[in-house]
Amino acid sequence: MDFQIALLLTQDGLTNGAIYALLALATVLVFVVTRVLYVPQGEFVSYAALTLASLQLGKVPGTVWLLLCAGAATALVDGVAAAREGRLRLAVRSILINIGLPAAVAALVFWLAPRTPPLLVQVFLTLVLVIPLGAMIYRLAFQPLQQASVLVLLIVAVAVHFALQGLGLVFFGPEGARTPPFTDARFELGFITVSGQSLCVVAASLAFILVLYLFFGRTVYGKALRATAVNRTGARLVGISTSLAGKLAFTLAAAIGAVSGVLIAPIATIYYDSGFLVGLKGFVGSVVGGIVSYPLAAVGAVLVGMLESFGSFWASALKEVIVFTSLIPFLLWLSLRARHVEEEEDE
Amino acid sequence: MTGARVTGLVALAVLATAPLYVPEFYVTLLNYIGLATLVALGCSLITGVGGMTSFGQAAFVGVGAYTTAVLTTQAGWSPWLTVFAGLAVTAAIALVLGAVTLRLSGHFLPVGTIAWGISIYYLFANVDGLGGQTGLTGIPPLKIAGHALDSGRDFYYVIWLIAVAGLSSVQNLLDSRAGRAIRSLRGGATMAESCGVDTHRYRIVIFVYAALLASVSGWLYGHLIRFVNPSPFSLNLSIEYLFMAVVGGATHVWGAVVGATVLTVLKQWLQDVLPRLLGASGNYEIIVFGMLMVLLLQRARTGILPVAARFLPLERKVALPAAAAAAALPARDKQPAGGALLEVRAVTKQFGGLVAVNKVSFAMRQGEILGLIGPNGAGKSTLFNLVTGVLPATGGEVWFCGERIDGLPSREIARRGVARTFQHVLIRPRMSVIENAAIGAHLRGHAGVLSAALRLERREEAALLNEARRQLERVGLGGQLDLAAGSLPLGAQRLLEVARALAADPVLLLLDEPAAGLRYQEKRGLAQLLRQLRRDGVSILLVEHDMDFVMNLVDRLVVMDFGERIAEGLPREVQTDPAVVEAYLGGVE
Repeated sequence: MDFQIALLLTQDGLTNGAIYALLALATVLVFVVTRVLYVPQGEFVSYAALTLASLQLGKVPGTVWLLLCAGAATALVDGVAAAREGRLRLAVRSILINIGLPAAVAALVFWLAPRTPPLLVQVFLTLVLVIPLGAMIYRLAFQPLQQASVLVLLIVAVAVHFALQGLGLVFFGPEGARTPPFTDARFELGFITVSGQSLCVVAASLAFILVLYLFFGRTVYGKALRATAVNRTGARLVGISTSLAGKLAFTLAAAIGAVSGVLIAPIATIYYDSGFLVGLKGFVGSVVGGIVSYPLAAVGAVLVGMLESFGSFWASALKEVIVFTSLIPFLLWLSLRARHVEEEEDE
Repeated sequence: MTGARVTGLVALAVLATAPLYVPEFYVTLLNYIGLATLVALGCSLITGVGGMTSFGQAAFVGVGAYTTAVLTTQAGWSPWLTVFAGLAVTAAIALVLGAVTLRLSGHFLPVGTIAWGISIYYLFANVDGLGGQTGLTGIPPLKIAGHALDSGRDFYYVIWLIAVAGLSSVQNLLDSRAGRAIRSLRGGATMAESCGVDTHRYRIVIFVYAALLASVSGWLYGHLIRFVNPSPFSLNLSIEYLFMAVVGGATHVWGAVVGATVLTVLKQWLQDVLPRLLGASGNYEIIVFGMLMVLLLQRARTGILPVAARFLPLERKVALPAAAAAAALPARDKQPAGGALLEVRAVTKQFGGLVAVNKVSFAMRQGEILGLIGPNGAGKSTLFNLVTGVLPATGGEVWFCGERIDGLPSREIARRGVARTFQHVLIRPRMSVIENAAIGAHLRGHAGVLSAALRLERREEAALLNEARRQLERVGLGGQLDLAAGSLPLGAQRLLEVARALAADPVLLLLDEPAAGLRYQEKRGLAQLLRQLRRDGVSILLVEHDMDFVMNLVDRLVVMDFGERIAEGLPREVQTDPAVVEAYLGGVE
């Protein structure tokens, strides 16, 4: 390998690593707030990438139907629960939000999609189609199990991953898609050409991380999420609803997943099931920080990106093996550092 | 004959005769159910019993299948040898994975196994010698006495003999000394460790055991299909095995059969129906599986079997040996009264800025009952935790029988003859009263996992249960041996903890508020028991708020307030000590 290739691989690794870093942050966020190990995170990546690809072809993406179905199911569950408690206004509100909003989005997409709007509008449509699914999934699958153990929540997360992956196949079909790059610009930087696409991805990731930083540090909702992460019961006592925090965390995670999907769509061919592996790489990154530290998760994710890019150079067939096996030494390191872990969990 | 036995025999009879009258299609289905049962059984053991999760079981199946495929086709080994090679490879991998993940908190095992499951899948698909995506063909059939088992009907008996053997080995294992330790893993390690159970070791044991079951299933699969490729060993299959255990009822051994049956049949049916419904081919059944699991975990988390058990006679009781038949367990030599026993030297415990115990010192002699009293929050229970190794001390030393014990893990302190009860009762509510008490006798038995699975330890097991029963009778719970411990009232649960501690044959007994929640007569009975123990040479360190109980029982008292020792002496001296009076009643201005 010469210096040129090393630089090229580094550029690749950093680009992918930036996306994994976003996903790693989402994993940490969802875990500390809701104790859910969010395995289905990657499905949002697939959904967003495939939605954007459909829009670029001037087609109405399958996500529309998925969103309408999920919204109807959520409204039904919410409505029944609210009606049982005799809180009709709540039921009406849920129906308006979960059926009205998706219907409005669907109408917009049906109107705009055949007109192939500019890229930014397509991205906007993709985000409004995919992001609402996050809170709906929380409401349908996880909210009834708020008190359950990490173990039960993990099994539910895996079950949700199953359902979403299968639905992805139904709504998007088995064909993969790759969108054209956002920009064809190239920059000469000394020895190396940096593609505008890579710069876009890294810049978008950094910008998003900055937005998250400001959200957590400066806004009431961000602080509410942090409070819930530190102490769920304490947060409830000062009026922060666990359900609200959960929905918010899942919405943010969905946003992160959707943005990642948009960013990765021009870099790799995405199939209905490839988001899962992408999401898992973010997950692996987050393990480096014990799934509790945001900065370490981001660092871990960038490491995963580098490992993958150099791994595919040396042994391209085994790059997944290299990436996922690299977790073992990290776990060993965490294990040696850990002293006397005591978890008193209910039976 | 019990109801459970009848149900079991009927099921066995059906299983044994099925290939004689069902069509080929169903024999194949039953073969797959048998293979899945072995794997799901391991998932039950890890998840339902041990409270952990693995997403790597299909990968272990793959290790078993690929090992035999490579060794039989490329090295010409006999299949009867490759099964052991597969087991050895599997055990080595499981040991490494378990060692790096099981000391971490619970969610790192699933994370580690997901990563491993994906790695091995890509390894199978990309390593040259393993045939890539197309796989390896030409695996020879199993042969018994020259007869090749090359039909599904022939193979059926091999699969189900092994499956039933696997099921009963796990059943046997759970119903033993090691099994009680394993079943006590769920709900935190403190209690089990204080009874001398090495919880980390048992976590690894069940993880490896489950992996071995999966490996055998893979070996069978290889010789049934006689062809292997990577796809049946993917992460999705691991997830399905876990679902089988949960659907069937992961806390019950036979839940694995139920879950394997339900999901295998359902999958078969869905793979038939869904593609026709949706007009395209694909693994759409995972949608139904996923939604089914979410609903099940929200609505009926225990799975099918516990629900079915209400209508079918499936309940098992621990078979108690006749008292006379059981040999007595070896007991510790008692030390003469009056010798030095426990010495606490300037022990300190800080939680951040809070000093919970501040340079407390006292000494205890053999055969003494020492009361430790003080207002709430004085640091008494923390001191107990420091003496028994549940918490590490920030400073100071603890000496027991001339040996320094601070810094030792609590199971090592238990081994030296220190037994305790807990202020907030730590029992296993779903295990029976006698099983809970028998956990206390863990260190007095030696039988391991293998002898338990094969039922070679029945003499020792009888002696352990008998000891548990003897101690329960002593505390007055002799009539409630078979009840679920969680169904006892709180006072009785405290007595159960006393019995559990006594089953360890302790030199020093630490009792944390044993009389709380007891009625007057029960308190008198307990006081009598403690006096009897003192006569037998057991020393007792007692925390208790009932002053009548304490003053009439103890030889000496240590009084704590705000983490410090404020007085020590005979009960009547302490009662008039001005510092003590001030601590309890407030000072006179």
